[in-house]
Amino acid sequence: MDTAIATRPKISVKNLNFYYGKFHALKNINLDIPEKQVTAFIGPSGCGKSTLLRTFNRMFELYPEQRAEGAIELDGDNLLTSKDDVALIRAKVGMVFQKPTPFPMSIYDNIAFGVKLFENLSSSDMDDRVEWALRKAALWTEVKDKLNQSGSGLSGGQQQRLCIARGIAIKPEVLLLDEPCSALDPISTAKIEELIIELKQDYTVVIVTHNMQQAARCSDYTAYMYLGDLVEFGTTEQMFFKPQRKETEDYITGRFG
Amino acid sequence: MNDVLRQQKFASRKRVNQIALTLSLAAMVFGLVWLVWILWQTIWLGIDGLAWATLTEMTPAPNDPGGLANAIYGSFLMVMLATFVGTPIGIMAGIYLAEYKPVSWLSSITRFVNDILLSAPSIVIGLFVYSLVVARYKSFSGWAGVVALALIVIPVVIRTTENMLQLVPPGLREAAYALGTPKWKVITSITLRAARAGVVTGILLAVARISGETAPLLFTALSNQFWTSSLSEPMASLPVTIFKFAMSPYQNWQQLAWAGVFLITLAVLGLNILARVLTRQKS
Repeated sequence: MDTAIATRPKISVKNLNFYYGKFHALKNINLDIPEKQVTAFIGPSGCGKSTLLRTFNRMFELYPEQRAEGAIELDGDNLLTSKDDVALIRAKVGMVFQKPTPFPMSIYDNIAFGVKLFENLSSSDMDDRVEWALRKAALWTEVKDKLNQSGSGLSGGQQQRLCIARGIAIKPEVLLLDEPCSALDPISTAKIEELIIELKQDYTVVIVTHNMQQAARCSDYTAYMYLGDLVEFGTTEQMFFKPQRKETEDYITGRFG
Repeated sequence: MNDVLRQQKFASRKRVNQIALTLSLAAMVFGLVWLVWILWQTIWLGIDGLAWATLTEMTPAPNDPGGLANAIYGSFLMVMLATFVGTPIGIMAGIYLAEYKPVSWLSSITRFVNDILLSAPSIVIGLFVYSLVVARYKSFSGWAGVVALALIVIPVVIRTTENMLQLVPPGLREAAYALGTPKWKVITSITLRAARAGVVTGILLAVARISGETAPLLFTALSNQFWTSSLSEPMASLPVTIFKFAMSPYQNWQQLAWAGVFLITLAVLGLNILARVLTRQKS
């Protein structure tokens, strides 16, 4: 096994502290996210897993009362203090949200919108890119005859795959998924989980989930968080079968809370 | 015993319900009667005074035949220009309040002043523009009318634009930022687009409101018995002409006033229906 390559850290979180105003939401987090693997963040509501995810693309900066201290290194560069425009970081670190958020435009334009921000493609190249992204997101066959229709006309599961396609169309290196299946039915969820496993061939995937079976099914590494602390981090197998910490075991076996 | 008590309680609830229903119905009928009466009167007397000449001929001297062509044209021109001037200012101010600085002292002051402007009696705005434009240039003019009407449009558009942008789910904004979209592009391509129907509705309602305003034009555009397309001269408008004609003792003027009322009602009704259709399509 090429574990040495597979576990090269894509993102290194070092001594990260996060505050919502005065509330200390993340406490001294240290974590390495391995490249081209799926890493899941689990833990009860309010433990800080979404907060941690939202620091990876500096999403928190939209809200002036939120701030992060410490370092988050993307390929060795601290993205919190990076001189690059935040847009360039977000082009490398894509994100899909809990609720599907199709833009108020056609399916085609939903995908092309982000691509146009960073690349000047000819219209045939753009057609290819849109098809590529929709195929990657396992949506192409369902929408190929209605690319000019509005994105909001799709079902919830299709909308979420459209959002994933939109995210990968700009060819990011990391894909952040914030509870991507919590608003979806089991069939759509299964499709997205398959997709996540596919995506790790090309991308580093980080997923926040409330669903422990989901973490067990589709992640390679799992982090358990509680009240702003990273309690335990390891391979998913180890976390689910031989957790080192009592708290992790209690949560995973459902004895928690 | 319990059953008897229940029956009694139920019977008394039923009585109270019937009384409440009757009172509500009476109140509704009372309100509707006046509305229907006004509409009926407008249609009845308006259609009576309406003829092809109403649309093609100028406002006449007392007891001469004529129409409202110059007033209709003046109203149309001033309302259109005021909308063209007021809408961009209103939309941009609304964007500032909703997207750029929702919380800041400048935004709080802007909102406060805007609320005052929104509820200011339109005669105050008329007098303000009179002293600002008419008194300075020593002439009533169509431009002064445009300024006064635009000052009424702006607060309405600011308010609706801000409210409609606030209704856009924050998730949509975040999703756009997450792709690395710059702020101006998020606003123009995503949030404004998502709020489009609501913003357009606000503009239509503002147009409906100014097409019936009399007071701000009384001191600014005044009126003109003749056709003029020059905005530096006094300009006729439907509301002011109605005001003048309806107060007159001349029968043909009164008839034309009703025709004008009918035309304005029709236009405002049309705008309101259009606004309704647009908001319904959105949801």
